[in-house]
Amino acid sequence: MCDTCGCNVTDANRNLVEAGGKHAKTKAGNEAVEVLQNLLHENNHRAAHNREHFDKHQVLAINLMSSPGSGKTALLEATIDALKNSSEAFSIGVIEGDLETENDAQRIRDKHIPAIQITTGSACHLDAYMVHDALHELSLEGLDIVFIENVGNLVCPASFDLGHHLNVTLLSVTEGDDKPAKYPVMFRASDLTLLSKSDLLTVLDDFDVTRAEENIRNLANPAPVFQLSARKNIGMEAWINWLKQQIQHYKGHLESGETVLPKIQKEGQTLHKARYV
Amino acid sequence: MHELSVCQSIITQVAQIAHENNALAVTKVIVQIGPLSGIEAPLLEHAFPIASAGSIAQDAALETQILPIRVRCNICGNENEAAISKLLCSACGSWQTSLLSGDEMLLKSIELEKSEEQAHV
Repeated sequence: MCDTCGCNVTDANRNLVEAGGKHAKTKAGNEAVEVLQNLLHENNHRAAHNREHFDKHQVLAINLMSSPGSGKTALLEATIDALKNSSEAFSIGVIEGDLETENDAQRIRDKHIPAIQITTGSACHLDAYMVHDALHELSLEGLDIVFIENVGNLVCPASFDLGHHLNVTLLSVTEGDDKPAKYPVMFRASDLTLLSKSDLLTVLDDFDVTRAEENIRNLANPAPVFQLSARKNIGMEAWINWLKQQIQHYKGHLESGETVLPKIQKEGQTLHKARYV
Repeated sequence: MHELSVCQSIITQVAQIAHENNALAVTKVIVQIGPLSGIEAPLLEHAFPIASAGSIAQDAALETQILPIRVRCNICGNENEAAISKLLCSACGSWQTSLLSGDEMLLKSIELEKSEEQAHV
């Protein structure tokens, strides 16, 4: 996102947001100042710094979001295991966000992967400041991907830019196939949706994979939808391959002096091309 | 969404702009919100007096303008209003659309009270 204005002022909505001029007088004689700044201006400013930091180290940052208990940490554990057996392995680091406890970071550290735990207290989402603080503790040297495991919540995390490059959202099949329709802000922002715990599909007669995908398409989101079970090691290959493609795609962008932004910010990206040459 | 932290962010920005303009007070804050922003206008309006208390905007009125969800079809080019969980083309039914408006979270403008002298500078 940008520093100077609301990134969501685009050519398409400019006529709606820019009615009236700068520094006009109101009837009461007060001065009206046109601002057009994003409401989360400060967060976005910090997020841009975080992204610059990732880009300097050529580390792809992925914001992992879902409701609590849909298997984000289990996915990371299975990903670490899969990479150990992969011929073209890449190295990862993890930033964990939870209200309390070091449990999730410890699960990752047990697998000898660097993990920083952010405990948010009562905050229901991570923001760019918390991630910035965590980045002070996490060395990016030699890493290819940093996963930022957001607080389990399908609402708030979707609206806060952390300085990441991609959004991955998990939808566990025990949650119901209408979650994308119920939480459109989150699922519209996904660059990839993983239908997790897919091994349970055989015993769940009310989760329809086609319907889940339809609900995502209804949000005009063309991003892929994969089925996966971290515990039963199903569908991990497609996930790992997708990650490898994203690393290549990201490094290609860096070579041409551009960063990558989650797809949802596409229009903002065309308006404010971030260049770190 | 976290409307209180959004309000705190608004107040920080508003206070800075008021300071830059040598204002005595902020009388009005106008924000524009799209339904896909994740911000709820009523919650924002409840949180605003709490966040603004003691600031230069403590007596300011908050005006929230809700922008419509509009999409343009990538297949047939039609433009139409859409519902929050159905961003579809109303002409051909396609889901391959681009959002024209509806995800805004903008501090649009603020109104400032200035002293008589400053107003004439």
